[in-house]
Order: sequence, then structure tokens, then C-alpha cells
Amino acid sequence: MTQIIIDQSKIDNIAEAVKLCPFGAIECSNGKLNINSACKMCDLCVKHGPEGAFKLLKTESKKIDKSQWSGIAVYVDHFEGDIHPVTYELIGKARLMAEKINQPVYCLFVGHNINNNAKELLYWGVDSVFVYDYKELKNFRIEPYTAVFEEFINKTKPSIVLVGGTNIGRSLAPRTAARFRTGLTADCTKLDVQLNSDLDQIRPAFGGNIMAHIQTPNHRPQFATVRYKIFTPPDKNSEPSGKVNICTVSIDKLVSKINILDIKEKEKTESLEDAEIIIVAGRAFKRQEDLKLVYELAELLGGLVATTRPLIEAGWADPRRQIGLSGRTVKPKLIITCGVSGAIQFVAGMDGSETIISINIDDKAPIFGVSHYAIVGDVYEILPKLIDNIKKGC
Amino acid sequence: MNILVCIKQVPDSSDVEVDEKTGVLKREGVDSKMNPFDLYALETAVMIKESHSANVSVLTMGPLQALDIIKEAFMMGADSGAMVSDKKFAGADVLATSYTLSQGIEKVGIPELIICGMQTTDGDTAQVGPEIAEFLNIPHIAYVTKIVEIKSKTIILEMELENSISVLEVEYPCLITVEKNICQPRLPSFRLKQKSNSWEIPIYSLDDFKDHDEDHYGLNGSPTQVKRIFPPERNIDHELWNGSSDEVTTKLTDKLRELKFI
Repeated sequence: MTQIIIDQSKIDNIAEAVKLCPFGAIECSNGKLNINSACKMCDLCVKHGPEGAFKLLKTESKKIDKSQWSGIAVYVDHFEGDIHPVTYELIGKARLMAEKINQPVYCLFVGHNINNNAKELLYWGVDSVFVYDYKELKNFRIEPYTAVFEEFINKTKPSIVLVGGTNIGRSLAPRTAARFRTGLTADCTKLDVQLNSDLDQIRPAFGGNIMAHIQTPNHRPQFATVRYKIFTPPDKNSEPSGKVNICTVSIDKLVSKINILDIKEKEKTESLEDAEIIIVAGRAFKRQEDLKLVYELAELLGGLVATTRPLIEAGWADPRRQIGLSGRTVKPKLIITCGVSGAIQFVAGMDGSETIISINIDDKAPIFGVSHYAIVGDVYEILPKLIDNIKKGC
Repeated sequence: MNILVCIKQVPDSSDVEVDEKTGVLKREGVDSKMNPFDLYALETAVMIKESHSANVSVLTMGPLQALDIIKEAFMMGADSGAMVSDKKFAGADVLATSYTLSQGIEKVGIPELIICGMQTTDGDTAQVGPEIAEFLNIPHIAYVTKIVEIKSKTIILEMELENSISVLEVEYPCLITVEKNICQPRLPSFRLKQKSNSWEIPIYSLDDFKDHDEDHYGLNGSPTQVKRIFPPERNIDHELWNGSSDEVTTKLTDKLRELKFI
């Protein structure tokens, strides 16, 4: 196994050595240091500890033949044939990467009565659309969809598979990745590809203000999910190109222990993703009733109110109004954050916005680093005055 | 009926930063808590127990310190708990974590229903539930927003999609991950704390599992590798406005007018 080994003789200061690990994985018992199971093998102790004190002992695994895997596949997210726009955003990114490594772009389209919708994809610059059209696949059920995904991967052997970070994508992608015993990086915010087809995946990590660069160096295919509004869709072509392949799968693979009793329309709420103006309330608000300031400002500007995670956890707002990695990703024309410190968890969900204005009492708040206009001040003073100014029209 | 809830201990705050000069992670204080999403999973299980006389157990993977959250689960109404912990699990990514948990679940016995929180607040990947279900070869439903009915061989529930809600009937055994709006978690009870203080919590290591192959666990069993961690890029040109609240508010009003938002 791969492990960290410690040369106790090179440790002078035990207390300092314990502090090297941000995950609390270096323990001291009876004057000796041990590594416990909280270790993330990040090798920070190797890099920053006394020279030679910590060593990462790696066992080499068998190398796979990457040339056997080629193509970038995009899973087509849809509801009864209506294609979710995250699909086009992923196709755009897939095309850029595919060009770099000279591999084709595939789409996997799974459903029922979707042949016409599949032709639409040919206007977006994909090389082949693989369609699995069966009545058993009319609505998403995990077992048949995973079985079809497995068939598709065995047939096409793609090096990379991109899936939209929708509820279906975030259920289907991990299940399929696990079936191939391969890696999946969720909610990537940046993607690029190496010439050997290794996928460079960037995402926030460890729940903190940290970005991680993740690779899947010895497994194929490499799975990544990306949320809606992270990438920009390409322009639609005026002429179709590529082709649609109607694929078959044995019916006995489409069995499921899930029975769909009903599909209900969700009550229509204005979606945060589609709002052009968003006002965000953060932890600076001391009481729930104080949020009326942001609601009033939002109404005056014709925008929607959103919040950060702590306010949702306090039960102050509808979870559908949360921006961030555990909420929604937004790209409005204007976003005004009020008393939001700007944890990466939050910032990853809004830093693509066109104009970012932030109000925070702390002039070192991380949110200012991504803001176009950073206002140092107290939301309890500024918001009432701003509302007043707008009302007076001055 | 048996219900198993998978829970995880996570850092209490997200105040983890990278020291830009040294590249060292700074984690202020080491306070930890149960993943907030798991509270909803546990509450869902305890509510089923109260209406259908089920047995609720919890399982966690982590260092010994994570025993705290099993005790917390007892205080919320769980009947038993177990832990998987081994140095050989260190460095596990999602795949290796899910596989380890699935081996732990096989050890304690696959129940009718496994409930997981939607995601954790330290990883935010939402992948572990579906991957456990794959390794156990049972169906899973993610993003469950409502339990409609508990029947003897099936469960009826609602799953939320982008624009619709599916009402589904699923055969046991199955795994579900639950959304936050499914219920309101109760507060821990100190009466239960007294009662559960003497309960034993078995700790399983690799030797207890059916699959002993070390290459399937920890860093070796992890297809994804973290190449580098770094502070987020914060380099956009911005204007910083300092001044009295009157001054900055006037500036802000003017700017919003200039940008034609008012």
C-alpha cells in the first residue's frame, strides 16, 4: 500500500510536527508520531516537515494503455426530449479539447421518441450522436440508464466522459463511473486536456478556500460533471454536420426495480439561474426579519433574492435560493452581495457574473477579490440609504 | 425493517485556506461536526422508525475521533452504530471511500433501506451514495424530497428533477439520498445520551472485510489524484470604495444608474 512513513530520529519538535497536518492525521502517542486514517496523502508533511522526516512510500500500479481510449463523450441531459442547455455548454468545451488532441466528440442520447431531437445536436459540431431509443428508457431510472451508458462506453471507448451536473447527471455519472472502477470529479469549474488525453480538472476542495487540480492518470474513461452556467455554449451552426447512430441494446438489460407511478409538474418558481439581477444576503444579517432590506432592494431593481449556505441552514430562505456548490450556479448581468464574506463554496457559484458589486464591512473579505466594485461598509447603513436613493430617483 | 444511515464527520467551518507563500493548508481550529446533510438522512430514518417500528443503525468511516458523531446519532434516535477505520483507508477518493463503505455495509448486513445525505459540506460531490449502491448492486434514488409510503416490500417516494417531480415505487433493498426539504431534523436528546452511553460501537478494519486486497482501498484504490492545491485566483481589476456610508451609497447609486440598472 501507499503510505507515509516517519523517521522519528529526524523529528526535533513533536508539537510542531503534529501541526504540519491540516487534517489532524499526525498523532503523538508515548512520544512517538503516528499517521492515522485521516491522512489524505497530500504529502504536505513531506514537503514542509524536517528534511527526510516524512516520506511517501508509493507502490506502482500497472499502467493502462491510453491509446485504446479515444473520443470525448457528452451525455445529453434532457426531459422527454427537451435538451437541457448544459448539454450545449459541455459540447462547446468538448470540442475545444477534442481539437487539441485530435479526437472525435460524441453525444450519448438516451430516451424514447427522441430521434428528431437527436438531429438538433448535429448543429452544434459533434461528430456522432449515439441514440438509444426504447420505451423502457422514456423516463430516467437508474438501472436501465446505467446499463445503456455501460453499453455505449464499451462500444465507443471514449477517453473522457462529460456529464451535466443536474440531478440526473449527479445520480447517473457516479454510478456509471463506479461500474468502470474509474474516477469522477464532480462540479469541475475548469477543464483542459493534456496531449496524452489526461484530463486536467479544477474544482474547489476540502470545503475551504482552496482549489484542487485533479487528474485520473491511470484509469479510463475519465468522468467529470460540470454544472449549468459554468461554461459558455458555442454558436449554433447553420448547417448540420456529423451523423446520428441509432443503437440497439438487449431488452433484458433494461429491467428495473423502480416503477414510475407519476410525473408531476413542479410548481413554477422563478429560477435563480435565469435571473438577470440577483441580490445576495450573507451572514452579516443578524436576524431573519432584517432580510426585508434585500427583498426591498431586489424588488426595486427587478431582481431575485439569493443567500449563502449559512442562511439556508438557519432556515431563513428556500434552499432553491442558495448560491454555491451545494446550491445553484448563476451568471446574471448584475449581482450585489450584501454582507457575504466570499467562501470559495459560494464564489464558485457566481464568479461568472457580468457585474459583481459587493458590500462588506471587512476590507479583506475574500469576496472583494472577485468583485468589480468592492464597497467597504455596513449593510445595515448602506442598504436603507440605497433603497431611499432609488425611491427618490436621485 | 432495518434502516442504515451513512454519516460523516466534517470540519465545523470552511475557514480553510492556503498560505500563499508556503502552500501549506491552514485550518483554524479542528472542531468538527456531523455533516449537516446527514442530519436530514438520520431524521428521515428515525421518523420511519417511529411510524413503522424499524431498527435504525448508522455507519461512518473516518478516524477514531468520528465516534463522536455516532454518539450524536444515538442522541437523535439511532439504535446502533458501527465504524470502519483503518490506516490502510487513508487517502481514499470517492471511489475508494464508497467501496470501503460498501464493504462495511456487507459486514453489518445489507438492510432494506440505506439512507445517505445528499452530499457532504467538505467534499460537495454527492457521489458516494450512488457509488455505494453500485457496489452493493442495489437500485438507488438520489435527491428524494418526500417519503410517500412505506410498504412491506417497497417504498414510495418523490424525487426532484430540474422541472418535474417523479413519484417512484422502489423494491428493497435500495439506497436513497435525501434533500434538505424532506424533514426538519430534531435536536439531540440528553435522555437518550444517558441511555446510549454504555452502547458498544464496533470498529471494523480491512481484516474484517470480505475483500482484503489492499489495492482496492485508500490511495491505491483511488483513481483520482490531487496534483496540486492552490488558493483561488483573485486577480480581477476592481475598485475599492472606502468612505462614509453616505459617500459610498451615493457612489453606488450613481454606478447603478450609469450601468442602467436604475
